[in-house]
Amino acid sequence: MSDPAARLAAFLANSPYVKFLGLRAEMAGDEMTAILPFAPHLIGNVQLPALHGGVIGAFLEMTALAQLSLMQETPRAAKTIDMTIDYLRPGRPLTSYARADVRKIGRTIASVHVEAWQEAQSNPYAALRGHFLLSGEG
Amino acid sequence: MTNSEHQARATQMTQEVPHALALGMTLLSVEAGRGVMSVPWRADLVSDLRVGVIAGGVVTALLDHCAGLAVSTAGDGMAFGTATLDLRIDYMRPAAPRSGVIAEAYCYRLTRTIAFVRAQAYDLDPDDPIATAQAAFIVRRPE
Repeated sequence: MSDPAARLAAFLANSPYVKFLGLRAEMAGDEMTAILPFAPHLIGNVQLPALHGGVIGAFLEMTALAQLSLMQETPRAAKTIDMTIDYLRPGRPLTSYARADVRKIGRTIASVHVEAWQEAQSNPYAALRGHFLLSGEG
Repeated sequence: MTNSEHQARATQMTQEVPHALALGMTLLSVEAGRGVMSVPWRADLVSDLRVGVIAGGVVTALLDHCAGLAVSTAGDGMAFGTATLDLRIDYMRPAAPRSGVIAEAYCYRLTRTIAFVRAQAYDLDPDDPIATAQAAFIVRRPE
C-alpha cells in the first residue's frame, strides 16, 4: 500500500472506534482535514452543552494518527507515546475540524502538533502536542 | 461532602452524561478526591478490528472523566463545576485484546480556582498500567 490516500482510507475503515465517533477525513491536495460532525453521544456537559473532553482528546489524537498514516509507507498505524491536550474553550455542539502539523518525523519517532476548531480555524478550541512511535517497515 | 453526596455525584456522572453512557462507563468506587471507573470491552470501541484492543480515545475519555469525578468530590463544601484545562497522557503499552479498561484518579490539590489530578489506567493489574495521566481542571464555584 504505497498510495497515501488508500492508507488513510484503510486506517479509517479498519477502526470501529472511528465509526463510533463518526470521524472522517477529507483531502485537499496533500492537506488532510479531519472532520467530526456533532452527535448527541459526544456530549460531556449537558448544561452548556459541550463536547466531552475525552472526545476532544480522541479527535485530536486520531487526527495525528491519520496524518501519520499518510506519511508512513506501512499499513500499520503509529502508536501514541505521550500527548498533552490544551483545552482552550468549550467544544460546542457543532461540527469540529482539525489539522495536524508533523514537526519532525524520524525513523522511529514523530513529533506532531494538532489544532481543532469549529467556526473559524483562527480560533481553535483545543490543541494537542504529542510523540508517536512509528511502526517502521511492513 | 458526605459519602452519600460523593455517590450521588458519581451516579450523576455515569448515568447523566451522554458520552459516559455511550461508552458504558461504570463506577467502581468513589471517596473524597478519589474515583475508580471502568469501560468494559466492546467490539465497537476497538481501534483496529484485526487486533481487538480498546481504542486510545476511550482510555483518554475514561481518564478525563475519572479525573473530573476526583475533582468534584475533593471539596468539603458546596458543589462546583469543573472543566478540563490540561490533560497529559503517557502510554506505557496497549491494553490486552478483548480487555476492558479501569481508571483511577486522585485529586491531590484543590485551590479556589484550579484542581490538580493524577490518574492511571490499567486492564488487569494496577501495578502494570496502560497509561498514566496528569491533569489540571478549572474549578467554577458558585457566586
